[in-house]
Amino acid sequence: MRKTEIPSIEILGHGHLACAGCGAAVAMRLTLKALGEKTVMVFPASCWSIVPGFWPYSSYRITAVHAGFVTGAATASGVRAALDVRGDDETLVAVWAGDGGTFDIGLQALSGAAERNENLLYICNDNEGYMNTGTQRSSATPLLAWTTTTPVMQPKENPKKDIMAIMADHQIPYAATATIAYPEDLIRKLQKAKGIRGTRFIHLFSPCPPGWKMASEMSIKISRLAVRSRIFPLYEIENGRNYTIQEESRIVPVKEYLKLQGRFNHLTEKDIETTQRNVDDTWGRLLRKARC
Amino acid sequence: MKRVITGNQAVAYGVILSRVDVVSAYPITPQTTIVEELSELIASGRLKTRFLKVESEHSAMAALIGASTGGVRCFTATSSHGLAYMHEMLHWASGARLPIVMVNVNRAIGPPWNIWSDQSDSLSQRDTGWIQLYCENNQEVLDTILQAYLIAEKVKLPVMVVLDAFVLSHTSEPVEVPSMEEVDSFLPPFCPDYPIDTQEPRAYSVITMPEHFMEFRYKIQKAMEEVPDVSKKVDDEFRSRFGRGYGAIERYGKEEAEVLLMTSGTVTSTSRTVIRKLNEDGLSVAGLKIKRFRPFPSEEIYGAIKGAKKLAVIDRNLSAGVGGIFAQELRASLYPREERPQVFGFVSGLGGRDITPELIEEAIQYTVEHPQPEGDILWLGLKK
Repeated sequence: MRKTEIPSIEILGHGHLACAGCGAAVAMRLTLKALGEKTVMVFPASCWSIVPGFWPYSSYRITAVHAGFVTGAATASGVRAALDVRGDDETLVAVWAGDGGTFDIGLQALSGAAERNENLLYICNDNEGYMNTGTQRSSATPLLAWTTTTPVMQPKENPKKDIMAIMADHQIPYAATATIAYPEDLIRKLQKAKGIRGTRFIHLFSPCPPGWKMASEMSIKISRLAVRSRIFPLYEIENGRNYTIQEESRIVPVKEYLKLQGRFNHLTEKDIETTQRNVDDTWGRLLRKARC
Repeated sequence: MKRVITGNQAVAYGVILSRVDVVSAYPITPQTTIVEELSELIASGRLKTRFLKVESEHSAMAALIGASTGGVRCFTATSSHGLAYMHEMLHWASGARLPIVMVNVNRAIGPPWNIWSDQSDSLSQRDTGWIQLYCENNQEVLDTILQAYLIAEKVKLPVMVVLDAFVLSHTSEPVEVPSMEEVDSFLPPFCPDYPIDTQEPRAYSVITMPEHFMEFRYKIQKAMEEVPDVSKKVDDEFRSRFGRGYGAIERYGKEEAEVLLMTSGTVTSTSRTVIRKLNEDGLSVAGLKIKRFRPFPSEEIYGAIKGAKKLAVIDRNLSAGVGGIFAQELRASLYPREERPQVFGFVSGLGGRDITPELIEEAIQYTVEHPQPEGDILWLGLKK
């Protein structure tokens, strides 16, 4: 396979307001390198409504359209339509939404856009909860995790929603998972997505030091452990059918991943076993889809 | 060319003649025939508009917010629950200063379910920063859409054009449909100041601190204050080209009347015949049609009611706990004035019950006979 170059261009400017160690800040920097300046990015409500800074400043050196929480995919559909009418089919229209804006409140608009196969790239920056509002649970929060609305006495009772399966079932041309621990893989997937027409979906794993109660220098290590423990496998789905899993040979138990994060501190050995089983089940389900 | 068309077909002609670039809509009775008509026209290639068939009204307005930011002319139509569902995005459209034009076919909001005419849907949106224009007949519907784009693009605020469910939306009337050339010379292409341009990247609707937020709202108020002047110029220009104009309000009937009847929408048509008859019988009464609800035409109304002792208002809407919304706005706008006629606030015709000539006459007779109303709300045609 051809080696992926990471473009030297810097489009995320200085002075942004992301927390120290924010996984998404690294991801945004890499994403903008991959997508380039001819990009319009739609931002439904998330940390990224704040991160660029307050009016009249912005640390994005691309066109940024801030939008209502529910509306990422719908607003982007409209931007795409306007550019098409103006004869501009070169500019990429992308969405950068959180897991709340994707898995929960924005799911209807996303499903609508995906069903219409709108020509846009939708990036879900998944930090597994409502972090901008102070760490409340979302349907992307993992099983048994602590959040402010799932206190340790009653941690999250349900497993994380499988957003990739939902997107695959819309039969969109391309969906892929990615993390900052594998930047070449992330860049390659974004560049591949950029070259495809129709709805493209990138599920981005995004460590949040304050929300996950982890050390701020751990974002990349935790991202790598998420892949190696199969908490967050790296894979691509083309046309909702063809799966390619980026296999990781050094597999580690989920415990290695969980123990670095305060949000899992309350887990008993039995809880860890339950989590391991849930991860193994999810991995098995993915393998079955990939092999058929 | 004169055609016999429904109110909803008049809307579709308005959209065609305005050379709308992007339509985004979700079906709801009684708006549906608008989106059906537009779909047919686009599918047959007669209309070069991009139509986003979205999964909800919320997304319909969100998509237009994206498209209008992108610098093209946009349209949607909805009704009732659909409009209520859009509420958040209505604020967004005006806050972002986007000249979107929307048609709302007035329909009651449930429960209980009801699909018939009632203004409570559009009037519930009065504080969203949209200009609101109410129409009396199908000709006015078409003409108002053409005017709405010119007004919206001039003051950079969205416009809601409102028509009554079924009484207009599904009823055919003769309508003069202007030619494309005539409309082109009246309505120039949309030229936004700051359309999306990746050569000159901008951030739209960025978070703003208390230090600056208030000034954004002040500018919206200033833009609203420009509307009376701008819409008068647009209406005058329209009248000089097409021979038809509407004004923000229209007074009709006896010139020096002691009693005035204020109405909006199709109730005005019925009131015209009632007042003509009562004038012939020698009763000192005149009518006042309110076309523009936002910004509320306080100056225009005050100028038109000089000498009147009593104002009867028929509201086909209810703000529970207060009463009819037109009456409420009228009372508020009269309060600081020197001459303050008594306001008789009638509530009638909710959920599409007919406001008959008999009911209108009853309201006028009540107003004539009583020195002051027996309450803030006078129920007209209520079954007891």
